[in-house]
Amino acid sequence: MHVLVNRLTTWGRARAMSRDLIIQAIVSGLLMGLIYAQVAVGLSLIFGLMEIVNFAHGEFLMLAMFTAFWLWALAGLDPLLSLPLVAAMLAVAGMLVHYGLIARLLKAPMLAQVCGTFGLAIALRAGAQFLWTPDFRTISNPWIAGRVQIGAIFIGQPQLVAGAICLLSFVVLWLFVTRTETGLGLQATAQDRQAAEVLGIATERMSALGWAIGLACVGVAGTMLSTFFYIFPDVGVSFALLAFVTVALGGFGSILGSLVAGLLIGLVESLGGLLLDPSYKTLIVFALYLGVVIVRPNGLFGRF
Amino acid sequence: MASDQARMLEAARAEHLWPRPPLWMMALATTGGVALLAFPFIFQTSFSHHTMILILMYALMAQSWNVVAGFSGQISLGHAIFFGIGAYSSTVLFAKYGVTPWAGLLVGMLISTLAAIAIGVPTLRLRGHYFAIATLLIGSSVQIVFQRWDWVGAASGLYVPINRTSPWFYLQFHTSKVPYYYLALAAAAAGYFLVWKLRRSRFGFRLQALRDEPDAAASLGIAIARHKVMAFMISGAMMSVAGSLYGQYVLVLDPERLFSAEISIIVLLMTVLGGSGTLWGPALGAAILVPLSEFSRIWFGGTGRTLDLIIYGILIMLVCMWRPSGILSLLEERVRRRARPAP
Repeated sequence: MHVLVNRLTTWGRARAMSRDLIIQAIVSGLLMGLIYAQVAVGLSLIFGLMEIVNFAHGEFLMLAMFTAFWLWALAGLDPLLSLPLVAAMLAVAGMLVHYGLIARLLKAPMLAQVCGTFGLAIALRAGAQFLWTPDFRTISNPWIAGRVQIGAIFIGQPQLVAGAICLLSFVVLWLFVTRTETGLGLQATAQDRQAAEVLGIATERMSALGWAIGLACVGVAGTMLSTFFYIFPDVGVSFALLAFVTVALGGFGSILGSLVAGLLIGLVESLGGLLLDPSYKTLIVFALYLGVVIVRPNGLFGRF
Repeated sequence: MASDQARMLEAARAEHLWPRPPLWMMALATTGGVALLAFPFIFQTSFSHHTMILILMYALMAQSWNVVAGFSGQISLGHAIFFGIGAYSSTVLFAKYGVTPWAGLLVGMLISTLAAIAIGVPTLRLRGHYFAIATLLIGSSVQIVFQRWDWVGAASGLYVPINRTSPWFYLQFHTSKVPYYYLALAAAAAGYFLVWKLRRSRFGFRLQALRDEPDAAASLGIAIARHKVMAFMISGAMMSVAGSLYGQYVLVLDPERLFSAEISIIVLLMTVLGGSGTLWGPALGAAILVPLSEFSRIWFGGTGRTLDLIIYGILIMLVCMWRPSGILSLLEERVRRRARPAP
């Protein structure tokens, strides 16, 4: 009899523990999802404006992380302080990329557009490796560190703050795009470039603005990520893959779609890693992409 | 059918689509062929052989990518899958069952063709970027699977067992790189001959039609999906041959390298650099990029720093901005201008 009771209590304890584990996985998945969404929204914005997939997106995330790292290492700036600085620098980089590369690719065939941004990605990654070696770096004593305990689950404070800031910047972006004249101009350009031009919107400048905002978003994501993630030249690759999945799920060009899809992917990844083998969690996300894209070729929230 | 084809070719010639090559071009081609055959005896260093072997292999791989992207217009970012399948097929069969790599090479082609069907049928319907990203993700997934698959050595990969008894049977040569050179040359020549024929065949014309005008091609009754899948199958088989030879050449299979997105992307860059959709563009791209990376490896050897990828990246951006049709078109334009002086 007592064997059975014993077994029942361990079973109960295991169940309680697994329930906590699942809640834990959901919370950390959602927090990571906010970062994915923040990376993806820039990609989505750029695609919506000019139908170009920025294959160098992950490399700009890496650059943002390194910028935050060097500002911390050389100037002693905490990532929270350097956040606006990094975002501004990435925005300037976005302008440079637009006028230096993208504006010349707009009329080229799609293959040239893909290769152009791939070339940029390769040059940036190899350049980072050349300058800073492939070593892994961390920001060792950021202001926010440690973790908070809520009930039985633990949340890393950096992740919590990163999620909150990403959410905040999402709200700001949303308000900007829907409530300001410039934002409406952006939307008009994304919907119909020619019509927008007829209405007197400087579409060329809108594209440049789209690149600036898109990379500023990556700047925010990269800075926050640098507080709890390793910083190395290849760090962007896996995030870029997830960003492509996010954008494809949310529909290219949809801001809200990116947010929902980012959260969904964070959730699927972390729950999948818990329930199945953790090493296969990316496979589950990729399978999700293939499934959705084959059934609904314009994404879950695609415009048509 | 055959006369049909002859009539089409005749018509194309009349339209100057396929001008009969001038004498100097034929002379150039013959000289080039002889030079390729004599190369190992003119340049006798191991380094020059190694560089040339890599150029030939990459030329074949880039051409394989060109069949899908240049002719059928679908941008694949996962071609390393077929390269890895080729290398693993010949090595697994040899290491575990003692089967000669020649048979393994054929099995690899077969498996790659099947894999091309499995990947191509659902994804080739996807438009532009969606297909590109899908292949990128599938390529990455296949790499993850091979890195976890214990039967094929998981992340540490496989070694080709050394056997010195019969080099040609076991397809491994330990004293000289020259046999590898001729193997790579033969494979590349076969691939280029195939594509040369393909481009002039009905099938090739249809592919190019559905690349340029998909709607018009569909309304003429070309089964778009089937043609794209067939191009993908041919391409996969070609890539697989390069993979098997590469496996036999380096004798170590590392899934990290074989299935890397880097390989998929480098064949793309080579093709676009040389000129996608052309016959000789991929070879030109390989002939430019491979020596660049080999020399850079020597200059910076051991430091872990490479300049080649930075130059690759910048070069490809410049080509995309100023010459999206590739370097070959630049040369062609010069030749044409010289041949037909302005009135």
